Amino acid sequence: MAKYLMLKHYRGAPAPEGFVTMDQWTPEEISDHIRYMNEFADRLRESGEFVSEAALAPEGSWVQHGGAGKPPVTDGPFAETKDLIAGFMIIDVDSHERAVELAGELSAAPGKDGAPIHEWLELRPLLESMPTITE
Amino acid sequence: MDEVLLRSLTPTVISVLVRRGADFAAAEDAVQDALVEAVRVWPDDPPRDPKGWLVTVAWRRFIDATRSETARRLREERVDDEPEPGPASGSDDTLQLYFLCAHPSLTPSSAVALTLRAVGGLTTRQVAEAYLVPEATMAQRISRAKRTLADVRLDQPGDVATVLRVLYLVFNEGYSGDVDLAAEAIRLTRLLSGLIDHPEVLGLLALMLLHHARRPARTRADGGLVTLAEQDRTLWDTAMIAEGIGILQRALARDRLGEYQAQAAVAALHADAPSAEETDWVQVVEWYDELLRITDSPVVRLNRAVAVGEADGPRAGLAALDEVDETVPRYLAVEAYLRERDGDPARAAELYVEAARRATSQAERDHLTRRAARLNGAGPRLT
Repeated sequence: MAKYLMLKHYRGAPAPEGFVTMDQWTPEEISDHIRYMNEFADRLRESGEFVSEAALAPEGSWVQHGGAGKPPVTDGPFAETKDLIAGFMIIDVDSHERAVELAGELSAAPGKDGAPIHEWLELRPLLESMPTITE
Repeated sequence: MDEVLLRSLTPTVISVLVRRGADFAAAEDAVQDALVEAVRVWPDDPPRDPKGWLVTVAWRRFIDATRSETARRLREERVDDEPEPGPASGSDDTLQLYFLCAHPSLTPSSAVALTLRAVGGLTTRQVAEAYLVPEATMAQRISRAKRTLADVRLDQPGDVATVLRVLYLVFNEGYSGDVDLAAEAIRLTRLLSGLIDHPEVLGLLALMLLHHARRPARTRADGGLVTLAEQDRTLWDTAMIAEGIGILQRALARDRLGEYQAQAAVAALHADAPSAEETDWVQVVEWYDELLRITDSPVVRLNRAVAVGEADGPRAGLAALDEVDETVPRYLAVEAYLRERDGDPARAAELYVEAARRATSQAERDHLTRRAARLNGAGPRLT
């Protein structure tokens, strides 16, 4: 019983070999890709391993405390930002092996010509609650 | 409304339905519906006979939910003369439910969820909240678990060790949401100890009580972790400790040692000591040696190294640590502590930082970071 975050990147992840950007796919290929993602989430709901998911807008803003009595400071986007998160899914699984298996499955979503895109997904364990018995 | 009474009736009511011909999965669903209904209705309109009320409502739900030929036949035969729950549903039935819900074909998370619902009488929502997953996910987990068990007969003999593992998992998860999982694990283990005569059941119950007794001292008001050595022992629940020690002595007298009894013995030695320094560390090491003979687990080796460090000094502890696999969680935290006590604060601080990076819980990470900060001169040093 452990929770993992699967992160999809717009950029910042290693580029899979031969990746063709989505705008070069056919509309049907895009539909197939989206259907695969939806069905993947549905399977996890059905297996009792789904916690949550969301897609993120690529553009956001940077916000910082502006000092006592002043409004927050906003700035950016910063050109040097390497990492850009596209979306996430949180799963609750029995083992690390299962989390890896699921991330591998998600990475096999079809792309150009229906071939798996081999997208690199970042898999991060969530910190758990402290067990009662440690000694 | 007495929610614990309601929960404690759950396994009995499931057994009544099963004896009337319902299969386990349908009976469990029907009783869950009745529980949810009871939570809604009882506060304003408490029943005179809670168990009879639950049986009646659950049986109606079962009949409503089942549309098969078999159910129609059952309904025709039985609805007019609803059998009394009576003594037909005895403690053996509840014991069988424990075995079924901890069946080895289930994954640990499914076994935990099903045990809490079918034996513990928690609602799906409560279980979901406790484990921080959506209610729909928990509902799916439970119905899948029941599908896995579809071909398992309720009267097959079970293995008490699998049940104890599930109860241990529930206890050790800590607590979140509005259900105190540790207290629930204690309640279920106590109930089990009345159903089956086994020293390891008593061992686990003692272990849970001895740890639960220390809970008020384990965390600061801000949620920060307080180590055993630093705990205010006046906050420990002495009545619970006495009960735990009494139960452990009864178990040990049976002369069939197991891992839970040995772990409880370690916990009892800590509970018995007026301070960390006055702990009988030599005996603690001896119990860890017993535990190693039973389980040979790397986590036990690690904990033994800590105890050796206290009994024979940090050098001896570090020597014992040499025999432990470095990839065991908390290895670096233990090494940091032993280096600190051996008078090497610089190395200890580095190790605490690295240990914090590898911590699997936030409370542990924050605790280790504080230790590093203290050694780096940002606060008072430990003696």
